[in-house]
Amino acid sequence: MDSLWTFLQFKDATLQLVTAGTVLIAMGASVVGCFAFLRKRALVGDAVAHAILPGIAVAFMLTAAKNPLILLSGALVSGWLALYCIEIIQKTSKLSADTAIAAVLGVFFGIGILLLTHIQHSDLENQSGLDRFLFGSAASMSTADLLTYAGVALFLLLAIAGLYKELKLFSFNPEYAQVLGLPVKTIRRLINSLTVMAIAIGIQSVGVVLMAALLITPAAAARAWTDRLLVMIFLAAGFAAFSALVGSYVSFSATAMPTGPWIVMSLSFLALISLFIAPQRGLLARLNRQRLNRIKILTENMLKAFYNLGERAGTYQKWLTAEDLARVRDFTHAELTQGLRILRKKHLVIPKQSGYRLSRQGLDEARRVVRLHRLWEMYLTQRMRMKSDHIHPNAETIEHIITPEIEEQLLRELDFPEKDPHSSPIPYPQ
Amino acid sequence: MSSAGFYIMATGAVIAAACALLGSFLVLRKMAMVGDAVSHAVLPGIVLAFLISGSRGNLIMLVGAAITGVLTTVLIELLHKKARLQEDASIGITFTWLFAIGVILISSFTGQVDLDQDCVLYGEIAYVPLDLLYTSSGTVLGPRALWVGGGLLLLVVIFVLVGFRGLKISTFNPEYAKALGISTAFWHFSFMGLVSLTTVVSFESVGAILIVALLVVPAATAYLLTHRLKAMLLLAVLFGVLASVGGYYLAAALNGSIAGAMVTVAGILFLLAFGYSRWENSRKA
Repeated sequence: MDSLWTFLQFKDATLQLVTAGTVLIAMGASVVGCFAFLRKRALVGDAVAHAILPGIAVAFMLTAAKNPLILLSGALVSGWLALYCIEIIQKTSKLSADTAIAAVLGVFFGIGILLLTHIQHSDLENQSGLDRFLFGSAASMSTADLLTYAGVALFLLLAIAGLYKELKLFSFNPEYAQVLGLPVKTIRRLINSLTVMAIAIGIQSVGVVLMAALLITPAAAARAWTDRLLVMIFLAAGFAAFSALVGSYVSFSATAMPTGPWIVMSLSFLALISLFIAPQRGLLARLNRQRLNRIKILTENMLKAFYNLGERAGTYQKWLTAEDLARVRDFTHAELTQGLRILRKKHLVIPKQSGYRLSRQGLDEARRVVRLHRLWEMYLTQRMRMKSDHIHPNAETIEHIITPEIEEQLLRELDFPEKDPHSSPIPYPQ
Repeated sequence: MSSAGFYIMATGAVIAAACALLGSFLVLRKMAMVGDAVSHAVLPGIVLAFLISGSRGNLIMLVGAAITGVLTTVLIELLHKKARLQEDASIGITFTWLFAIGVILISSFTGQVDLDQDCVLYGEIAYVPLDLLYTSSGTVLGPRALWVGGGLLLLVVIFVLVGFRGLKISTFNPEYAKALGISTAFWHFSFMGLVSLTTVVSFESVGAILIVALLVVPAATAYLLTHRLKAMLLLAVLFGVLASVGGYYLAAALNGSIAGAMVTVAGILFLLAFGYSRWENSRKA
């Protein structure tokens, strides 16, 4: 914990700079990544990250300098070229999108590796550190490099803030944006350029292979929590900044540890947690909704079984056993146990040694479900002109869904009918 | 030609041929990027198996590492179907996460694992002739990697020959396959298992990232030129072998990575086929 405290004090000027730079780079990539994620272009980002390599190598071979701006321009050119190739292959041949992406990714990276090893084996001076691009290492960057990359990241964030409305409209509905008269082509070029730029600086901190994570993972984690783009962007940037801190801290306290993989570990962890526990869209919330829904359907069906037995017997006061219920409807043993337990807990049935019968509220609730079922059957025969022997399964499903408002409408539409199509009486509240 | 050069080319050729056969089905199943993900995600499996067994050569390690690859496909499916994450993001998150674990493992056990970052990136096919197998009487049998690669190619060829009908139908028409009683799940998992095994075997020769190029590029090149599956498979193998031979000479000329050069040649072949297919189409139109 001592090292965490030392880390958090940021006494060391280099540490301050490296950490701040890494955080800014990660935030820039994550914000651009939100748009890539929404446009379902996440893997294109992966391809661009790999495709930047030959550009960097050629830029170095031409100038023999490691000026970050020159390398960045090389990266932009080859990143753009890769995007163009993917688009052309996809549009003009029978190859599918994933093949186009994988082929461009592989070939560009292969050329990049060939050039890079060529540089390393020849006697060009000053070539060391080029392979930093492969695995990324913010810690070994010079101050000037770091300032340049952080500057670019800041520019990206500002550009997105300035063009937020246009980018948003374009990402969600490009056709509509076009109809509104927005320059869609320019926006697409712009958003592509921003993406390539974000990737070119992002590989500085996490390297080529893990760059895709910096784009996609924060966006995917943020998306689980919200439906609003602005909230999503801020959340993604927050996740990215936090993970950049985690990565910087780990490589600060254990010097052999690379920063990039730990940033990705932290991001993946945040994403998995988000996908699990987020309200509404999270896995747990969805499973819970499904469970509640299943229980609702089960208990309503059991109430109906009680009602049907009572209707036949002419009285709802008789004590019924689980076996009686199983005779009117196909309940499994587990369903009967669970359903009766829940009904009892909700005081909808009264238990006794010889069995169960509906309580006052239970009978009301059973009437409501049966009423909805029979009303819907009426509606299907009268308004949809369906035959009376075809309507039961449909009503079985819909009876659990109809809201009081729809019930009201049905009643008015059908003018409070007495009997359903099978001439059973429709029970009204008493 | 030196025997070292021949060994390198032959090893490259058997690996490229195995990749081309499986890659054709990846391309047709629209799973090229899943192949990419698997080739990255076997890294932690390789490192772990290496730590446990202490060597790269043994069969248990190969199979153990290959299981990681199959788990990757399961994980992608889970994220996509259960957590309702869009498919591209599921692929991206899964393989970056597993690859990060692999790099962290390598960093934690430096010294204990004979793997470094360069090897991960572009393999060590140039060192293939250094690791030779001998008979007990001392006759040279050839490089170990060539024998392993040859065994793999044999396995892939047998799999494709025996399973041709099942693979073909479950690739082109999964619904029809079900109706015929062919298990699409069986073919999916045995196919992905083999892709994953191929990735592990090719790993030390060409590195994690270039495997995807060997899987996808020759197959895509062949697909541009023919509609027939058998012709596609044969052409893909041909392009894979050409890339390996051409790559050896290109690398020698530029004094660069052989694996990188192989992929570059494969890229040039793709470009030619792409140009040809566009010219064909415009002529017909």
